Amino acid sequence: MKDMNAQTPLVEIKGLEKRFDLDHGFLETLKFRDGRIRRETRAVHAVNNVTMDVNRGEALCVVGESGCGKSTVARLVAGLLTPTSGEIHYDGNRIDDKSRSEMQPLRKKIQMIFQNPYASLNPRMTIRQALEEPVRHHYPSFSTAEVRDKVTEVMMSVGVDPSWAKRYPHEFSGGQRQRIAIARALTVDPEFIIADEPISALDVSIQAQVLNLMLEAKESRGLTYLFITHDLSVVEHFGTRVAVLYLGSVCETADTATLFSHPKHPYTRALLSAVPQLKDDRPNHIRLKGEIPTPINMPQGCPFQSRCAFANNRCRSEKPKAIHQPDGSLVACHAVEEDRLEQDVIGA
Amino acid sequence: MSLLSVRDLTVKFAMRDETVTALNGISFDVAKGERLGIVGESGAGKSITGFSLMNLISRPGYVDRGEILFDGEDVVKMSDKRLRELRGDKMAMIFQDPMVTLNPVLTIGQQMIETLLAHRKLSREEARQIAIVKLREVYIPSPEERLDQYPHELSGGMRQRIIIAIALLLDPQLIIADEPTTALDVTIQADIMELLLELCQSNKVGLILITHDLGVVSQMTERTLVMYAGRIIEAGRTREIINDPQHPYTQGLINALPQQTLPGQKLRQIPGNMPSLTNIPPGCPFNPRCEYATDLCRTRLPEIAQYGQVQVACHEVQRLQAEGERQEQKA
Repeated sequence: MKDMNAQTPLVEIKGLEKRFDLDHGFLETLKFRDGRIRRETRAVHAVNNVTMDVNRGEALCVVGESGCGKSTVARLVAGLLTPTSGEIHYDGNRIDDKSRSEMQPLRKKIQMIFQNPYASLNPRMTIRQALEEPVRHHYPSFSTAEVRDKVTEVMMSVGVDPSWAKRYPHEFSGGQRQRIAIARALTVDPEFIIADEPISALDVSIQAQVLNLMLEAKESRGLTYLFITHDLSVVEHFGTRVAVLYLGSVCETADTATLFSHPKHPYTRALLSAVPQLKDDRPNHIRLKGEIPTPINMPQGCPFQSRCAFANNRCRSEKPKAIHQPDGSLVACHAVEEDRLEQDVIGA
Repeated sequence: MSLLSVRDLTVKFAMRDETVTALNGISFDVAKGERLGIVGESGAGKSITGFSLMNLISRPGYVDRGEILFDGEDVVKMSDKRLRELRGDKMAMIFQDPMVTLNPVLTIGQQMIETLLAHRKLSREEARQIAIVKLREVYIPSPEERLDQYPHELSGGMRQRIIIAIALLLDPQLIIADEPTTALDVTIQADIMELLLELCQSNKVGLILITHDLGVVSQMTERTLVMYAGRIIEAGRTREIINDPQHPYTQGLINALPQQTLPGQKLRQIPGNMPSLTNIPPGCPFNPRCEYATDLCRTRLPEIAQYGQVQVACHEVQRLQAEGERQEQKA
């Protein structure tokens, strides 16, 4: 069994669904329609049948635009939300149905970094208190000196001077706070880090510092990342594999290099073409018609059909399944499956 | 003659303990129909620059010295009445967050017609017709219906289009756009930028685009100012600045982008943070983060001066240029 560990993914997500009910309580569910009172519950379909694996040592990036459900996926995997249906397996064990106390030993292995370092650190705790708390919690046998040593070591490794430990979060800049938030995740020696837009709130020069730090930690500690972001240039740099999410469904999963050189799904192509390029003064982006539909009344068929230039009747009635492509990517698109996309677009 | 001419603009904020200099002797020009980008990180002073052009700096901030000549008239010395005529009419501003800019309790139509009636002698019906034309120009589907909708009924991209339509209502000569797409998704950002570019070009409207995104500046503007700690440290044609930046900070900013490094490699980061405005180091404000800093940089402020194609505020720029050329010759 030990040998198999190398091949089995660290995290397996199978058919994950999450719905948020909009109508709570009996009275809210009553609607008046066609002259009669009916009971109806509306729900936001945040995540729909998402299946993906995170292999050991890789950085899987989940990209998509606001409202596509990428943060919900992160929170589901971290156990901060309970899925409506589907399974999440960690290291071969199912974790989404575990109780809080059963999850306890796993919490040490799975840590999360959030977007806003101004909100994720308790303003009334010093940095030392904030960093020591998780160590004391997960290693109750540690002596005070051991806890302190551990925290000092991690602070050094993320480039935060240990002599600053007595300070409060408001005394630090955004970039330093994000370092501290990363340090807090690293103090318990996790193996899997879920990072939800960890650099989006930071300035360009600081983004590079934090991204370098996360890459370094990946190398030196053998970390596996689930990295949620909307910034495709960061994905290209940081990710080993990418999953593109649209309206709660995965459109395309591929190795980073493959995705950027040969995007297949019409949405992935539009997304890539929209990134403003430095050296290219002739922007040539693929304009999408319409806007992202709300995830309340999900359209039948492919979630992207209302904006897709290649949609036909099949797209409007049948939801496409993810199909393996020759280059190893997984694409959920009828047009790709039927080879209806112009080849020259792929080449360009 | 240039449409806008800013000379030695200095803006200060009187705080309880001390006076902070947010803008320090900024000078630049915008020609008629020209598109100028202002880039920098948070705290560089780019938004303050935008606000002061419309004389929107309010207490505790004040313009300490310098002049802002718009069509030959100094905005700083204008009366409130003259300013009201200018704002919206000759100069319009687009802000980052479309939800905050639009009034949530007025319909789109009320807000657009109100603007028109405040500046022009029109009947309500004429104003309504102009509003519909402008909404159509920014590709709003079924504009007649949108006029009766409230901002919350529209998506973020749609709201930002309406803001652009409002900015264009009175055919201004200059639009100041302060991070107009930062709150939007990339696909919507691309749409809005394309639209803004198209409208500026077809109506010969000048644009000042304030952003932190070098990619956006590169695609949208003809000239660029790079700001750091309240000063312009590099200015010139956008192409020159992006392809061959001279100031070490501009170089650092461009090199720090993930696109500039091979995937998985360490990014070339700029060490340290932007200084806080209460504690700007002596000499060149960038010197503590600069790998080329000398004793001169630590003691004397470099003046902005012309070097080749661009203006740069750096003592070491000639040495760096010479070294760059030597390396090129070797290679």
